Amino acid sequence: MAKSQSASLDRKKLMADPIMVSTIILLVVFLTVFILYPLAILLVDSFVSESGLTLDTFKRVMGLSNFRRAITNTLKVGFLVGIASALIGLLFAYVEVYVKLRTKFMEGLFKVVSMLPVVSPPFVLSLSMIMLFGKAGIITRFILHIYDNSVYGFWGIAIVQTLTFFPVCYMMLKGLLKNIDPSLEEAARDMGASRFKVFMTVTFPLILPGLGNAFLVTFIESIADFANPMIIGGSYDTLATTIYLQITGAYDKQGAAAMAVVLLAITLVMFIIQKYYLEAKSTATLSGKASRERMLITDKSVTIPLTILCSALAIFVIIMYICVPFGAMFKTWGYDFHLTFKWFGQVFTKYKGLKAFKDSFILSFISAPITALLSMIISYLVVKRKFKAKGFIEAVSMLAMAVPGTVLGIGYIRGFSGGIFGTGILQGLYGTGAILVIVFIVRSLPTGTRSGISALRQIDKSIEESAYDMGADSFKVFMTVTLPLIKDSFLSGFVTSFVRSITAISAIILLVTPSYLLITVQINEFAEKGSYGIACAFASILILITYSAVLVMNLVIKHFGTSRQVKTTD
Amino acid sequence: MSKEKKGVRLEHISKIYKDPKTGKDFYAVKDANIEIEPGSFVTLLGPSGCGKTTTLRMIAGFESPDEGEIYLGNEPINALTPNKRDTAMVFQSYALLPHYNIFDNVAYGLKLRKMDKETIRKKVTDILGLVGLEGMENRMTNQLSGGQQQRVALARALVIEPGVLLFDEPLSNLDAKLRVSMRTEIRRIQQEAGITAIYVTHDQSEAMAISDKVIIMKGGLVEQISTPQEAYYYPNNKFVADFIGEANFLKAIVKSQDIVEINGEEVKCSTGSLGNGAECSIVLRPEGATLGDNGSIMGEVEYSCFMGAYQDYHIKIGDELVKIQEYNPKNKKIYGVGDKVYLNFEENTLYAL
Repeated sequence: MAKSQSASLDRKKLMADPIMVSTIILLVVFLTVFILYPLAILLVDSFVSESGLTLDTFKRVMGLSNFRRAITNTLKVGFLVGIASALIGLLFAYVEVYVKLRTKFMEGLFKVVSMLPVVSPPFVLSLSMIMLFGKAGIITRFILHIYDNSVYGFWGIAIVQTLTFFPVCYMMLKGLLKNIDPSLEEAARDMGASRFKVFMTVTFPLILPGLGNAFLVTFIESIADFANPMIIGGSYDTLATTIYLQITGAYDKQGAAAMAVVLLAITLVMFIIQKYYLEAKSTATLSGKASRERMLITDKSVTIPLTILCSALAIFVIIMYICVPFGAMFKTWGYDFHLTFKWFGQVFTKYKGLKAFKDSFILSFISAPITALLSMIISYLVVKRKFKAKGFIEAVSMLAMAVPGTVLGIGYIRGFSGGIFGTGILQGLYGTGAILVIVFIVRSLPTGTRSGISALRQIDKSIEESAYDMGADSFKVFMTVTLPLIKDSFLSGFVTSFVRSITAISAIILLVTPSYLLITVQINEFAEKGSYGIACAFASILILITYSAVLVMNLVIKHFGTSRQVKTTD
Repeated sequence: MSKEKKGVRLEHISKIYKDPKTGKDFYAVKDANIEIEPGSFVTLLGPSGCGKTTTLRMIAGFESPDEGEIYLGNEPINALTPNKRDTAMVFQSYALLPHYNIFDNVAYGLKLRKMDKETIRKKVTDILGLVGLEGMENRMTNQLSGGQQQRVALARALVIEPGVLLFDEPLSNLDAKLRVSMRTEIRRIQQEAGITAIYVTHDQSEAMAISDKVIIMKGGLVEQISTPQEAYYYPNNKFVADFIGEANFLKAIVKSQDIVEINGEEVKCSTGSLGNGAECSIVLRPEGATLGDNGSIMGEVEYSCFMGAYQDYHIKIGDELVKIQEYNPKNKKIYGVGDKVYLNFEENTLYAL
């Protein structure tokens, strides 16, 4: 049996569609040049020397005691943060799905917690951690009267990262818990199991793969995190910060490349386990739709302790966020609590704040629509079309999710500072705003693509086929059918990518040139110097921007989104 | 209404798929040779997995054949994309565009053909009248019932005046009563529009009710192409006999031309090309025999049940069980379990395979 005829016919049909063909070619080129090539160059850098293939660079960096320590540090933090985030996430998810929340206030708390990771810049919690618990911290110094508390180091990073990442686990696990058919648990209850027994023998085993999934996702986020260890790590270096220092401090580009390869290897392995093993397993065990609504737990001996625990955590997290704008309004944090606007003033008068906000805003605003459109196109191709390069496009755009920003940054330095393979091609890109925009796009592409893919999977294949059958070509089908149907996903992709870009730092800090001032880089700089007032002022304005972006998005979706259309005509 | 009725010809068409479990290739459709007359209504009929939908999707262009060539009229269309083919499909799930109202759904194909606004308005109004949806232009798709949605899908396919109309199990999402009335409707509209139609279904009564010809498929192979009557009275093989209507198969031996021996009794039956002494199976439809106190073949009643329109019997003849339906039971003698009865075959109802 030969399938050659259908293959060649499919190819002919594809070729009859020039827009589609050029889109695919452009995508393949983009992904190869801006994701695969920078990673490949890191491998070349670290394995190839003048004398040919060698492990010398690895031997050299492995000989550095600070690097070895960074590896263990990173893994230790990642492990703890992964477990803690997954468990706290589970607690929140369980309470929301299983326990009757009595007050609007509690519902509000849960909503805020689920939104925080979307709107917050990554290092905000580090700032407030220092301001609440550091040497001059309000809680440590003024409430507990401890004058020499150090928040820097392992515990600082671990706590801050856990508080930053657990909402992601919460959202993931909430989705899984909602898919458990209540009758499974009712059957167990009916046979005489106590609530705790049901949780341990039914609910917990069912979501165990999902919990593992949440753990690994957080683990990857934690070890890829650059900003928090930078601000609150002190002398406790992680891989991301060590690599950064290796290139900015020791100017050892080869060594940094080899270190980046090590970090990449760790995240890649984790990512592959997560993506191809756990993710499939966690949804496979829970494919059943809930048959009807769950009877919520109203038993006070369960609800009261759980709600208190959750509220306490949620309020604590919220206080930490609120701490940031307050930090910008006192003369000297920890010593002089007179209200002042001088920090906000200085942002604009002394530290070129306007330019920083303008640069960050414009670059992010350019990259956001491109990312959103690109991820919708990729999702459309991956879900709805058959062609040869499809596997490549899907794999590479997902691979970008596993690449820590620091690794990508080093890859871009090594890959583009002398042009591609040192030939000078595309060298003009290096040091421009364009390369920053590209980094923003690459960093946000996987999230957008993922949301696009899941949105498109909901849409019956025959809807697009019918348009195609009526005489529309691929481009027309995409513009008149696909895109309107996933408008919500496009809009949220737009805003998510904007927010991610404007709050990004890890890759950007390695690539930015003095001609561009970026807010996040400024915050990092002032926090490093200990000028928390200025850092907080910058951060407050940044949160304001991201929060308004999300608000605007929600408004737009509410008024023009597809979900509303369906609702009103029902 | 159609500019030009087009015929469809499939020459040696095969489609190979990979079994996702074993990883082995298999023929979803094998060496199909089908000729569809312009203006006729043809049904691809068979159980699920027989290759009927794959065949339809190859005609529409969504799948490419691995062997053979498909002709639309006289034009080979293998390399054409669906949007370049003069076909229009009505989908099982209706596949209406949910963000458009009825008017825009029906007008979609016309707009792509760059017709002017006035023509579009007129054509859409006319076609909505034909399918019985006049005045519904501004409704959204989710404000319609399943039957209405399928009418919109039909209108949308008709309005672009395709050479061939394709139906992919269009009624299977509707309830039983609506299915019956919709299939008459589809047949009426097809006749009125005078368009070639290819219809996929697994429901044999639906196929019989609307088709000029049925193409019966099984496991990727075309088993029979004929009128519904021919398929019922002269099935090519046991599968067709059993799939179209109900059938009993009685073991028999050909005695001479048009005489066979069943259970020791000689019976008249068209034997076709079978030679004397050949072993064969006799196809007996449940309504093809009457019961009496005397007659040609004796049996014993194993099961007897009143079904309203008919009395349902299982009769044991030798070691074979035969299902018989006697219509109008009110006027007939009812036999109970254990009774001895004789089967009398009506003229021309037996067919030897």
